[in-house]
Amino acid sequence: MNPYGPVAIYLCVALAAALLFTFLPGLLGRKKPNPHKMEAYECGVEPTSAVAGRFPIRFYLVAMLFVIFDVEAASFYPWAVQMHSLRVFGLVEMVVFVIVLAIGYAFVWKKGGFQWR
Amino acid sequence: MDSALAVLNAAPLWLVVTIKSALLLLVVVTTFAYAMLAERKVMGWMQLRPGPNRVGPWGLMQPASDAAKLILKEDLTPSTADPLIYKLAPFISLLTAFSVYAIIPFGAGSQGTWAIGNVDAGILFLMAISSLGVYGISLGGWASGSKYPLLGSVRATAQMISYELAMSLSFIGVLILAGTTSLDGIVSAQARLWFCIPQAVGFVIYVITAVAETNRTPFDLVEAETELVGGFHTEYSGLRFGSFFIAEYVNMLTVSCIATLLFLGGWNAPFGLTMVPGVLWFVAKVATFMFFYIWLRATLPRLRYDRLMAFGWKVLLPVATLNLIVTAVVVAVRG
Repeated sequence: MNPYGPVAIYLCVALAAALLFTFLPGLLGRKKPNPHKMEAYECGVEPTSAVAGRFPIRFYLVAMLFVIFDVEAASFYPWAVQMHSLRVFGLVEMVVFVIVLAIGYAFVWKKGGFQWR
Repeated sequence: MDSALAVLNAAPLWLVVTIKSALLLLVVVTTFAYAMLAERKVMGWMQLRPGPNRVGPWGLMQPASDAAKLILKEDLTPSTADPLIYKLAPFISLLTAFSVYAIIPFGAGSQGTWAIGNVDAGILFLMAISSLGVYGISLGGWASGSKYPLLGSVRATAQMISYELAMSLSFIGVLILAGTTSLDGIVSAQARLWFCIPQAVGFVIYVITAVAETNRTPFDLVEAETELVGGFHTEYSGLRFGSFFIAEYVNMLTVSCIATLLFLGGWNAPFGLTMVPGVLWFVAKVATFMFFYIWLRATLPRLRYDRLMAFGWKVLLPVATLNLIVTAVVVAVRG
């Protein structure tokens, strides 16, 4: 059997279990609706303003930096597995790669991209 | 035991795998229940109080009564929420938390006696599935249509993706030494020396990022009850809240399993004590790591958010990169 066969079977069982946890509360839980219960929680008072307002741009910046550096991390994986046969050639290649990344990293640091205000 | 194995060998493979999968899920959920009890007990002892001791002898029925209570609670959806995504989020969290166990081997045996699937791209599968967990948290907070959950989930997303970076870099030192991404292969490469010794820096980085990834103290800014009430799951009640709760503890267990497989020698016995079966060593190592989690929670205060982000980007990321270069230099020179 292909090694991914059992994985697929397990994922189906896990899916069934997760579905059970999702539909059980609707079936078994008590139901006594009341408009005050359905309000969003805001320290006991009625919600004052809309939820989605202005949002710090920092969070988007972090997401973009993550995409850039995570792709880099992913490109390390095949290299790392082959390191025993690549030896010095692989090392030199990777050091050059890391230096190029380090320039970008230093630029982001200098521009205050990692500074949380 | 042997006759039971003979019966198993005669049955069709898909049936065996289905039964094994169901059993494994049962074990994982039971472990969650008693990990929760153990946490409350150990926290109690560390704070000089008895911990739960009313339900059953020694509080042992506490998880069952908690589960019954959560199942029978009313399922509330706030009127401001997006109903479909609100219900989908705990499902995603739970499914990703469960899915990782498809490839985790618990003991020796290439024919998959102690694992569901033995795939070659083990670590890649692991990273791919476990990084999906962030969707459950970010969607859950966003779909609640309420301020505290939104703040909690945005914080959580930024924290989890920042620390995931250093985490994926900390694995690379292990990959260089082992020369394979298969979890089975990594454990057999540690037969003589556990990777927590040559990869001490990688191990420390992994432990820090793992605690941050699972949103546990001192990195539990996601919940931070003193400022965000309950964080991303403020609006959730009953079993949907329970799903997030189960996912958090199952993720802790996953992280402990990965630490054991990659750094602590998996099922290899320490000091040549091979008369104890490998599976028991695996369980002992995982339990030790789980205890460490609880210990941390009882010891450390919460970090400030700006320091948390600065630590992830300015300290962990460069140190992890340096660690992998140093490892590569040693391997290139010594072969």
